Amino acid sequence: MDNFDEATQKELQTFLEKEQSQARFNASIHNIASLCWDKCVTSTPSSRFARGEESCLTNCVGRFLDTSLHLVEVVSQQRQQMASSS
Amino acid sequence: MADFFKSSPAPTSDMAARKEAVISKVRQEIALANAQELLNKAGEKCFAKCVTKPSTSLSGSEQTCLTHCLERYLEAFTIVSRTYTSRVLRERDAS
Repeated sequence: MDNFDEATQKELQTFLEKEQSQARFNASIHNIASLCWDKCVTSTPSSRFARGEESCLTNCVGRFLDTSLHLVEVVSQQRQQMASSS
Repeated sequence: MADFFKSSPAPTSDMAARKEAVISKVRQEIALANAQELLNKAGEKCFAKCVTKPSTSLSGSEQTCLTHCLERYLEAFTIVSRTYTSRVLRERDAS
């Protein structure tokens, strides 16, 4: 990063922040793909997916995200209850 | 306007070229890391699925299984990536 003027340094910083957030996004995809593969792909691999495996994968991604959202909601409700009862 | 008043930084075009070099290097490293992660994961999953009882060498049926498994893992990854991306975009638009 030496010998860059201020504007260029800022531009590179913005670029790196964007790439870092993209990398976090990609890491989530790798993680969910691994989880959903284990849950949905149970047949011996052949030249195409077995019946239901593709739709299972699609549903798996949706339900995984729903699960995260649901847990956040449960925890925030519990916090509200604790706050109002004390 | 004497040139010796502006000794640094380096000329603009040179700096622009170095900036582009940094950007393309970073992109290249990230693409490589992504491909490695994908291959590592596929290796783990397919070893578990196809090589259930390791013998002195990979059998023909194990190799066939591994080839199919790699194809299916890449396909599964594509499905997950597409579904996840469209969901995230949808929720971003909604909020």
